[in-house]
Amino acid sequence: MTASHGEHLTNLTLSVWRQKGPDAAGAFESYRIDSISDEASFLEMLDVLNEKLIDEGRDAVTFDHDCREGICGSCSLMIDGQAHGPQRGTATCQLHMRKFKSGANIVIEPWRATSFPIIKDLMVDRSAFDRIIESGGYITSQTGGAPDANLIPVPKPVADAAMDAAECIGCGACVAACPNGAANLFTAAKVAHLNLLPQGQAERHARAESMVETMDEYFGSCTNHGECEAACPKEISIDVIALMNKDYRKAKFANRKEIARS
Amino acid sequence: MTTATDPRLNAKIPEGAIADKWNNYKEDMKLVNPNNKRKFKVIVIGTGLAGASAAATLAELGYQVDAFTFHDSPRRAHSIAAQGGINAAKNYRGDGDSVHRLFYDTIKGGDFRAREGNVHRLAEVSVDIIDQMVAQGVPFAREYGGLLDNRSFGGSQVSRTFYARGQTGQQLLLGAYQQLARQVGLGGVNLYNRTELVDTVVVDGRCAGIVVRDLLTGELQSHAAHAVVLATGGYGNVFFLSTNAMQCNVTAAWRAHRKGAMFANPCYTQIHPTCIPQSDPTQSKLTLMSESLRNDGRVWVPLNPGDARPAAQIPENERDYVLERLYPSYGNLAPRDIASRAAKRAVDSGRGVGPLKNGVNLDFAAAIERLGKDVVQERYGNLFEMYERISGENPYDTPMRIYPATHYTMGGLWVDYELQTTVPGLYAAGEANFSDHGANRLGASALMQGLADGYFVLPYTIGNELAPLLNKPIPGTDHPAFKLAEQEARDRYSRYLGTNGKRSPDWFHRELGKIIWDNCGMERTEAGLKQALADLPPLYEEFQNDLRVTGDGESTNQTLEKAGRVDDFFQLGMLMCRDALERNESCGGHFRSEYQDEEGEAKRDDENFAHVAAWEWNGDPMAAIRNVEPLEFETVHLATRSYK
Repeated sequence: MTASHGEHLTNLTLSVWRQKGPDAAGAFESYRIDSISDEASFLEMLDVLNEKLIDEGRDAVTFDHDCREGICGSCSLMIDGQAHGPQRGTATCQLHMRKFKSGANIVIEPWRATSFPIIKDLMVDRSAFDRIIESGGYITSQTGGAPDANLIPVPKPVADAAMDAAECIGCGACVAACPNGAANLFTAAKVAHLNLLPQGQAERHARAESMVETMDEYFGSCTNHGECEAACPKEISIDVIALMNKDYRKAKFANRKEIARS
Repeated sequence: MTTATDPRLNAKIPEGAIADKWNNYKEDMKLVNPNNKRKFKVIVIGTGLAGASAAATLAELGYQVDAFTFHDSPRRAHSIAAQGGINAAKNYRGDGDSVHRLFYDTIKGGDFRAREGNVHRLAEVSVDIIDQMVAQGVPFAREYGGLLDNRSFGGSQVSRTFYARGQTGQQLLLGAYQQLARQVGLGGVNLYNRTELVDTVVVDGRCAGIVVRDLLTGELQSHAAHAVVLATGGYGNVFFLSTNAMQCNVTAAWRAHRKGAMFANPCYTQIHPTCIPQSDPTQSKLTLMSESLRNDGRVWVPLNPGDARPAAQIPENERDYVLERLYPSYGNLAPRDIASRAAKRAVDSGRGVGPLKNGVNLDFAAAIERLGKDVVQERYGNLFEMYERISGENPYDTPMRIYPATHYTMGGLWVDYELQTTVPGLYAAGEANFSDHGANRLGASALMQGLADGYFVLPYTIGNELAPLLNKPIPGTDHPAFKLAEQEARDRYSRYLGTNGKRSPDWFHRELGKIIWDNCGMERTEAGLKQALADLPPLYEEFQNDLRVTGDGESTNQTLEKAGRVDDFFQLGMLMCRDALERNESCGGHFRSEYQDEEGEAKRDDENFAHVAAWEWNGDPMAAIRNVEPLEFETVHLATRSYK
């Protein structure tokens, strides 16, 4: 449309992880960005790089992205060693170049976690997250049989707490940031969302048990580093992990036939 | 102008009074015995609200379901980005809402270009959607007493919008995704991720299945089924810059169109008034700010062109509160098409704000003074943060700057009352079909329609189609029609790789988008549309001869994926312009400058255009055949749409 009104960053060097396929050896390659508007988003900078690579007849850098509004959870990237880059509470797609300086050398890697194998370049396979949800991250409610919505009052603080946990976008930053590659924040966010709500009580303990055990099949163990919370673009609190652990412990002891009494 | 009803465009609206039609349909429809449902295979393409809810519900009923998404997970579908809310005629506020009123608002909001029967059904099932989503654990906003909260939205005078902060789409999609995930876990649904539809297969006039491409290996695969549902979203990315996600595309719908599914009203596209203005030429995507912001934000521009003072230094009497002045009864809550045109005209008059003078103010100062910063923060906090991240400005201190951008497409595959396209056995749901929003969609109605189609319509209507097919063989994937479709797809992708030209798919996409935005965007003229139709074919030819796709076809190749999508956008773009040129009236999102009244409002032509235009593929989008389904209004009186 029209020229940019912002400042321009110049002389950026990008060190990007390139890997042809899941089993291929990978390596960093360096690329130069001579000039980019500070109004550009980080992924728009990668778009510019890819246009340039295609112009030169080279393969574009593969990376997952879609909504570019910080909500679909597709984008990933370790930027200078930090999941989603330097801005707190911000997914890569919402990170803008005004957070960087001219002359910077920016290192871009895929999520680092063995549970998220690399597919190509910066794209990884996060389908283990889907397996966790499939094992219990839902409330069983067949379509058609629901009672009137206002028959189930939910106190506002409870609804708000459930919503805080439900904001998880499933991006995987928590796993990538964790020294153990644990998925406790992701799993606990869903457990907390559903176990806090009155609608979720019937399956509360079965859900906690099943989801935790599925999580353990794919991911490492939590040792309370708290890196996950720091990396989370939705700033989900690690308090949800305590809640999940409590429910998991209870699930192992509770007599579920007597659940109505507890 | 032909007005004869094409027998292929029989909408099959049930008999009876408007409020009885859906019940009458359900009482008369054929059923499939629970034990026989497992003998039927249903394919669902797309896992947004419509696709995920349809796949989950069909699997609950017992059908074998195969669900496909090009994303890595069903949860990424673009329904997730809807912010503001979902409408339902619950009348929990006691403010006079009813099924009839939601029906009427939707028909009127669509500028009397939607089918009454479909819209009434939508309003009826809207109440069931809220019940269903609450039962699933969607954390809707609540009052302190624990009951559900509501907010108002554009184009309506009641508060009927349910919401979950500014992430209603996310929470509804995760609800539907979790039901789908449950069925995947139970074995009711086979889920194929990172897999894209590249063709539909028709045998003896019936949809026999699909051909898909594995995006990790490039492998083409055929899948046969008794019914195929396309829930693949809209085509707003034809404009290149839009609020759609980067990967949203028209390929599934377009490939079905080429196999005989008629494409209805492609020129009905919605420009959303509240997006963040473009800030820089490398921008690849525009960001929406929820329409709910117009509940408390006031739209204004300086009274005088060229007034470059910061907002705070412009006194009240030198401000023009555009929407409040032009539409006093709806004010800042005027419908989207009307608010968008008002913003465009304000900017075109030289009164735009911001460094590029390409926006209007959306000011919260009055709301902060009236309600306090805390309340405003509670209502819109996450939207304000998002705005600040993108623009670098704090909307608590200075007004937001907004400008219209392409957001939604009301046009889509033609479907009858059963959501079946003109190809038997092939269905379209959600934004992919054309049926419920006429020429303009009201806010908070897209989520409603997607979930209505998936949870409460398709599970009934598909059974009605399948019941007579029990124990009859269907063509398998060894049928020559599947092999032919696979070969065509293989040739197509080889051609993209082998062209060895100079320009990337994105370059062509950007050029295409410019032509469509300039000539088939917010205001259209006969001359502009003719210009677009003259410019598009040579650009498309250049695309075919000068495309450069690097990489190979046997591993993940996003450049190659993009090439296929841009190819289909070109063809759709031509059809859009033809449709806009033929529709000699203004209605809803389709505003032809030649057809406006003295005050600049859209002038419909009910005598000649109270119909659906359904385009039939004829080998070339420039030669597509225009068929007509007349719209009959039995309940609603056709009126000039006024929000003054």
